[in-house]
Amino acid sequence: MTAADVLLLGLGAVAVGSGLLVVTTRHLVRAGLYLVVCLGAVAGLYLVLTAELVAWVQVLIYVGAVVVLLLFAVMLTRAPIGASDDLDRPGWPALLVGGGAGLGLAALLVDAFRWTKVDLPEAGTAERLGTEIFRSWVLPFEVLSVLLLAALVGAIVVSRPDIGTRE
Amino acid sequence: MRPVIPYVTAALLFGLGVYGVLRRRNAVLVLMSVELMLNAVNLILITADTTVRAALPQTGQVFALFVIVIAAAEVGVGLAIVLQLYRLRATVAVDDVPLEKVDA
Repeated sequence: MTAADVLLLGLGAVAVGSGLLVVTTRHLVRAGLYLVVCLGAVAGLYLVLTAELVAWVQVLIYVGAVVVLLLFAVMLTRAPIGASDDLDRPGWPALLVGGGAGLGLAALLVDAFRWTKVDLPEAGTAERLGTEIFRSWVLPFEVLSVLLLAALVGAIVVSRPDIGTRE
Repeated sequence: MRPVIPYVTAALLFGLGVYGVLRRRNAVLVLMSVELMLNAVNLILITADTTVRAALPQTGQVFALFVIVIAAAEVGVGLAIVLQLYRLRATVAVDDVPLEKVDA
């Protein structure tokens, strides 16, 4: 067990624990705040796994933007403050499918990797990743920019019912 | 570094996301569970990038960045749909959504 292993174990435990709270808590707002903890722990995992740029992008976009959007949605749909009982539907099939998927994948990966050891590569800094994106992945990068524009326009059109209706 | 630790973490996060999507009635909570699943996939990509010596180094991290961008687009459109549903029906419970035609 090296220091990296201990950090990975601790951050992984935090991520899974707060993820469990996200899907089981009865407070809507608290689910959003536990999601912040979970995504932050995953960003810490990225840092230990030497993916610097992805970790900071995760903090900026997920913890910054996506969670704020989700909390806006909680606010705009007049979600009840405090515990509410009607958030869940009866859950045996969900437990079966979710637990089966999670534990099945975990068993598969444990069987594939056992307790092997790998040396960490060089850090994925912004310079390296930028070089890699603009050398090998330029076309997907540009397609993604079009996708973002389409999603932006689509969100505006969906949320404005007066667009596109003929009088 | 033992790669099995982040891999198992990612598998458990994905299972939690699947459970949340199937269990939750509130559409906002369903979107949160989808975010958990996308994060699990990103964690798998990053871990695979650090453990497997690929022909193109850092490809897994580039893909993780792409997935983050797609997730941002997804949550934007998804929340627009949820807000529109709330405006039409005054509910965000996904099993109250009628499957016949909605008169806007």
